[in-house]
Amino acid sequence: MTFLVRIRLATFVMLLLGLMVAAPAVAQKLGPDGAPDPSASVTSERNLLKQFPRVEGRIDIPDTKAAVLIQPAGRTWDYFHEVLLHWGGAVVILGTIAMLGLAYLIMGRIRISAGRSGIKILRFKSFERFSHWLTAVSFVILGLTGLNITFGKIVLLPLIGPDAFSDVSQAAKYVHNFTSFSFVAGLLLIIVIFFKDNIPEKVDLEWLKQGGGFIKNKHASAGRFNPGEKAVYWLSLLAGIAVSVSGFLLLFPFYGTNIAGMQIAQVVHAVVAVLFVALILAHIYIGTLGMEGAFEAMGSGEVDLNWAKEHHDQWLARQLAGEERQARPSATPAE
Amino acid sequence: MARMKFLCDADRCIDCNACVTACKNENEVPWGINRRRVVNINDGKPGERSVSMACMHCTDPPCAAVCPVSCIYPTDDGIVLHDKDICIGCGYCFYACPFGAPQYPQVGNFGSRGKMDKCTYCAGGGGDEPSGSAAEFAKYGSDRFGQGKLPMCAEMCSTKSLLAGDGDVIAQIYKERVLKRGYGSGAWGWMTAYHENIEV
Repeated sequence: MTFLVRIRLATFVMLLLGLMVAAPAVAQKLGPDGAPDPSASVTSERNLLKQFPRVEGRIDIPDTKAAVLIQPAGRTWDYFHEVLLHWGGAVVILGTIAMLGLAYLIMGRIRISAGRSGIKILRFKSFERFSHWLTAVSFVILGLTGLNITFGKIVLLPLIGPDAFSDVSQAAKYVHNFTSFSFVAGLLLIIVIFFKDNIPEKVDLEWLKQGGGFIKNKHASAGRFNPGEKAVYWLSLLAGIAVSVSGFLLLFPFYGTNIAGMQIAQVVHAVVAVLFVALILAHIYIGTLGMEGAFEAMGSGEVDLNWAKEHHDQWLARQLAGEERQARPSATPAE
Repeated sequence: MARMKFLCDADRCIDCNACVTACKNENEVPWGINRRRVVNINDGKPGERSVSMACMHCTDPPCAAVCPVSCIYPTDDGIVLHDKDICIGCGYCFYACPFGAPQYPQVGNFGSRGKMDKCTYCAGGGGDEPSGSAAEFAKYGSDRFGQGKLPMCAEMCSTKSLLAGDGDVIAQIYKERVLKRGYGSGAWGWMTAYHENIEV
């Protein structure tokens, strides 16, 4: 037998075997009357959706993202946005305001117990204050314009009518889009500037044991930032990065995302933003109404010596030590 | 009162894209926007099907529910229309739409979206423009529906795959077809759009 014949024989045997395996499959595609059944192998929407959350195919027009034929997740996103987000957002934000109001009624304004000394000490340098207020102003603008997108049609639309509300919302959309850049710039500055002072340290545990200064007659020692402030820093860092990343994904549709990616980005953006607003409401409360002498730290940058003693004694000690060293440069002998 | 719907009989669709062309021509849809498109499923495989899809004019339309400025609404005939003077181009209706119907002209840098555009069932616009006026045509396209006509895409369909009209009537036509020929791949999108399926 030549080599060629052997190959032919092998091929024939393989074909025969193949037919034996494939024959039942072919037979199944024939109808009872022996005619081919065109529905036997037909794609059905139900089966496709069982395999994958979306029905996608090939499309002839240049807009290839239109190849997603059906995505039932749109209705799920509708439910999230209209039911979960409306109720959840309202409960979280109004609940936070109610809690803060309650805290004010119960505890009142936390006074400087030793009274003002009249001596001022610098707490935040002008660049630190600039970074804070850049982020803060951006945040308030983003928060209000963002809340308008979710709650505007419930709160504002009935008040000013559809035409005026459309103009306001159109402007709010552009303001929201462009303010995002100044917010991210401020956020990055804050993350870098305050990073060192927000690393947890030993005194933080002591501060927590002492009830964070909320219990009278108990003094809670703290460095430049106490654990409460550190929590605001780290939570803002996480929330800020989450809203920034998800926000830019939404700002650049279809850049690295598809329809499912944008729905997830919107859910992340909305949920984190609502929690972020609640956090910042508490931050604003304790920095203004809730505590005497706190606002001036970010206002003029200088705090009263007695306020610093009560809330940031270790930081104050370090500052005063540093000032002394600066004031007496010749104290160390220049040998 | 009729409840207007679309039904694409995928066993008849030959992916000729005449519906796409008819729509673009009838409504003078701008570049980059396709109110109707044909998607080929399982291209080149056994059981391959093509489906023509546009706005399905859903029951309980999710786009209308999520619109932050409430510019989208269903008419008495179940046709989902919108008011471009109110639309702010936020993109939310696109996230919510199960059929990828809403589209936006690019109006600036980044992804900034202009006023949403989508299939109007050839029923003109949902704004203040008088029905059949030039202003309405420029913004939304043809108002065939106001003249008692059905959408151009379905009327042009060479194989009568794409059906438009009262939901009960076109469902009945489809049922009869399936019974007669003995097979059918189903009414694509009906479960998602209308919470119902055509059982034969």
